[in-house]
Amino acid sequence: MTYVRPNFRHPELPVNALGYTRKNYEGALSTLCAGCGHDSISAAIVQACFEMSIEPHNVAKLSGIGCSSKTPTYFLGNSHGFNSVHGRMPSVATGANLANRDMIYVGVSGDGDSASIGMGQFTHAVRRNLNMMYVVENNGCYGLTKGQDSATADRGSTSKKGEPNPFEPIDLVSVALQLGATFVARSFSGDREQLVPLIKAAISHRGFAFIDVISPCVTFNNNPGSTKGYAYVRDHLAATGTVDYVPFKQEITTSYDPGQSKEVSLHDGSVVHLHKADPHLDLASRRSALRLIKDYKAKDQILTGLLFMDEDSQDLHDIVGTCKTPLRSLTETELCPGQNVLDKLNDSLR
Amino acid sequence: MKKIKAVNDFVIKFANVNGTGSASANNMFAKSLFRMGLPVSPKNIFPSNIQGLPTWYEVRVSEKGYLGRRGGIDMMVCVNPQSMAKDINEVEPGGYFLYDSSKPLDLRLMRNDIHFIGIPLKDICQREYKDPRQQQLFRNVIYVGALAALLDIEFQVLADLVADQFRGKEKLITPNVHALELGFHYAREHFTCPLGIRVERRDAVGDQILLDGNTAAALGAIYGGATVAAWYPITPSTSVVDAYEKYCKRLRIDPGSGHKNYAIVQAEDELAAIGMVIGAAWNGARSFTATSGPGISLMSEFLGLAYFAEIPTVLIDVQRAGPSTGMPTRTQQSDILACAHASHGDTKHVLLFPATPKECFDMTAEAFDLAEVLQTPVIMLTDLDLGMNDNMSEPLRWDDKRHYRRGKVLTEEQLESMSERFGRYLDVDGDGIPYRTYPGTHATKGSFFTRGTSRDEYAVYTEDSEAYERNMQRLLLKWETAKQEVPAPELIEAGQSSRVGVIHFGTSRDATLEAIDMLADEGVAVDSLRIRAFPFSQVVDAFIDSHDIVFVVEQNRDGQLRSLIVNECEIDPKRLLPILHYGGMPVTARFIREKIAAVVKGDNVTPLHKKTGSKETNR
Ligand SMILES: Cc1ncc(C[n+]2csc(CCOP(=O)(O)OP(=O)(O)O)c2C)c(N)n1
Ligand code: SF4
Repeated sequence: MTYVRPNFRHPELPVNALGYTRKNYEGALSTLCAGCGHDSISAAIVQACFEMSIEPHNVAKLSGIGCSSKTPTYFLGNSHGFNSVHGRMPSVATGANLANRDMIYVGVSGDGDSASIGMGQFTHAVRRNLNMMYVVENNGCYGLTKGQDSATADRGSTSKKGEPNPFEPIDLVSVALQLGATFVARSFSGDREQLVPLIKAAISHRGFAFIDVISPCVTFNNNPGSTKGYAYVRDHLAATGTVDYVPFKQEITTSYDPGQSKEVSLHDGSVVHLHKADPHLDLASRRSALRLIKDYKAKDQILTGLLFMDEDSQDLHDIVGTCKTPLRSLTETELCPGQNVLDKLNDSLR
Repeated sequence: MKKIKAVNDFVIKFANVNGTGSASANNMFAKSLFRMGLPVSPKNIFPSNIQGLPTWYEVRVSEKGYLGRRGGIDMMVCVNPQSMAKDINEVEPGGYFLYDSSKPLDLRLMRNDIHFIGIPLKDICQREYKDPRQQQLFRNVIYVGALAALLDIEFQVLADLVADQFRGKEKLITPNVHALELGFHYAREHFTCPLGIRVERRDAVGDQILLDGNTAAALGAIYGGATVAAWYPITPSTSVVDAYEKYCKRLRIDPGSGHKNYAIVQAEDELAAIGMVIGAAWNGARSFTATSGPGISLMSEFLGLAYFAEIPTVLIDVQRAGPSTGMPTRTQQSDILACAHASHGDTKHVLLFPATPKECFDMTAEAFDLAEVLQTPVIMLTDLDLGMNDNMSEPLRWDDKRHYRRGKVLTEEQLESMSERFGRYLDVDGDGIPYRTYPGTHATKGSFFTRGTSRDEYAVYTEDSEAYERNMQRLLLKWETAKQEVPAPELIEAGQSSRVGVIHFGTSRDATLEAIDMLADEGVAVDSLRIRAFPFSQVVDAFIDSHDIVFVVEQNRDGQLRSLIVNECEIDPKRLLPILHYGGMPVTARFIREKIAAVVKGDNVTPLHKKTGSKETNR
């Protein structure tokens, strides 16, 4: 995505089954750093919803706080959005979903948002099998507060301060698998070919559909030793007072086939080794998914793709037995028992 | 020796061991007096523990209808050796002390100014019952039977209560009635019955009911149309959602499918509970949570969001003694400031202060209307005393012609016919309240972005100072509108011109009104104003203006309501004299009377809580 979006649209733009063009699925212009991986994910959500012919207003998009959590503004402009408080999107999504089970719920969160301050809420949304797509835009750092390590940062990786991270990372995919998530996937922001179908599948899934998307932060994924790094550039521009100078970076894209591995260079020159899961992977086995994730990690590779899915998933509403009518649509007559019932009750209290 | 003599006007206290089943026997005692037409006010005084520690149950009987704590104990029923020394000391001179005489009383504990009534409860039980659990349970029923003789309670009333209590479990009726008889006959045979204190049938309760505030609030939520409840367990608010669930199971099951027309989630913590409430309300369902002080602390960030993003949020705060864990099973009114300004930044929340179960019911139902009409959090503040004790109350009533006020919500048709752009935060009507839409209402119109960050009238993110200030000013205008919407204060004038006024709220009502009557008997006329909501109405200013001396009665250390009045009404703090009671027990009439008398009459009163514990003077 870019800052400049032409207003002009070709009259023969492709339309979907609803007669909508892609434009109907876009949101406000992004204010994230140029080249941020998060924008690529927004674009993938737009594409998926367009191709699925979803009524945009039937989607509720929710988020916490962070650069990633800002993104719902940048897709599905005709949907209601809710940018809640740091780490607590899952509870808001739970309430929203309880009120109206008929909508599609898209949650966007960051790795700081979900693996630190909101770890509790994340795990409990998993446990309740809330019917929603939950995307973590995982950049291993805090973008919005300028580059601190997040809980998903790899041990030994260096932060903006140049200090290696001493702690083990939390792998949200493994956590989700262990807590019983009924749909678990991992992807890379720049791999649109993989991400779009995963989003489609996640939206179609009944229950908690989790996608962890590696999404590089162009601004804080910089090697501090390098003169091309953000910190260096900023320090050398301090004389002009331009403290918040953000260097323009190209979005990282990639494309490779299932069953294959690929090296992808990040902005700091570091490299991630992605391995795309073979579609023949046993999607019904949590244990195999967990084992594979470990196996690839041991090889310094990140396994991507759909890793687990429970096709018979029962969502929160099924579990607690709420009525088919959305709770928010129940009428006063259905809700209020009236004075008659109170008369009897009063009598029993004397 | 002096003998306290009184008909239908005394205080009796039971000292038990937590977890021994005494609660239902004590309850039966209180209810029997109520059924004899006498106003009663029972209070549980229990430890933060499940089993084994001392627990008390204090019952005020007052034909005149005084329901607050009076102070002083006329009769103690002591079934707990652990607390006996303290219990004996609490009895007023000339009062009565009923104890289990299966073991002789420690002579060092004897007092020669009170009357001892020994009943060998344990021995009787051991003789009558083999099962140890029965021995324990029936001991409680036996002392209730003995009290029937000692206080002249109609035996049939007790027998009927047993029948009501065990409806469906008929086998239990006969043994319970038998236990009552054992106590009754023992007392008759060994003591002059009745004692100096006794009861006589009256018709002083009318159609009133006995109900705890938490159950009443839960019913209010059902009648108010709440479909989503999210909560995290905490004493003393837990029973709100317990009762909500219990009544939902009866009243809210779809007859055809058996599905639930409600959802209750026990959240992982209070942060999640309030988040769920906010999410559900944002999406158009009436939702609520119930909590207590520590929960309020955790919910604060979200309450600020709900205030700023203007999301109807209903919260029932059943207060207990703080700060921190304080005394979790004792009562206070000390979350006022924490609730009024919950969250950082400039926030103000609508507060409601019920004083009776009927008001808990009414105000909870009304809270949903208020929250939706004003699009803001509404917090009802009750406390342990009101929430967890059976309180005498007007019966619950619902006007079947009443309709929910869902506030300014645009429908699909309204959006369709709009030519102008929808502005979520536009003040169209000049009352500070904008229009909202539920998610999913219209395909292309009416969607907006909800966020805690500053935005313009069209919900578009902005950090523009003027837009931010305009918004904050509009929220203040809405606050002014709220003054017209919230329940008005209750003014009770002394009937003759008085220069003394008392402001009070919530559960301080009963004791305050009684104290005012005591003062009237002594020739001091006092007007009273019961505040029922924040923001305050003009009536509060006027009341303070028209009195030379104004007291504010509250159950906290720092005079939190007083601070709020001083700030909001811009009153000289010197004009408001605090009467503060915060030991965790409900405030007493004597306490309030003394404080007022000390100032108004210049009384030289004995300081409270001298060596003799909580004994109070000026009986
Ligand atoms: C209660 C609270 N604490 C701290 C913050 C400050 N804060 C804003 S965003 C953020 C981290 C976001 O990191 P992440 O979720 O990884 O998102 P990213 O910006 O990297 O996309 C923090 C700590 C806050 N807004 N609220
Ligand atoms: S700081 Fe990083 S995460 Fe935030 S917008 Fe910029 S590139 Fe993206």
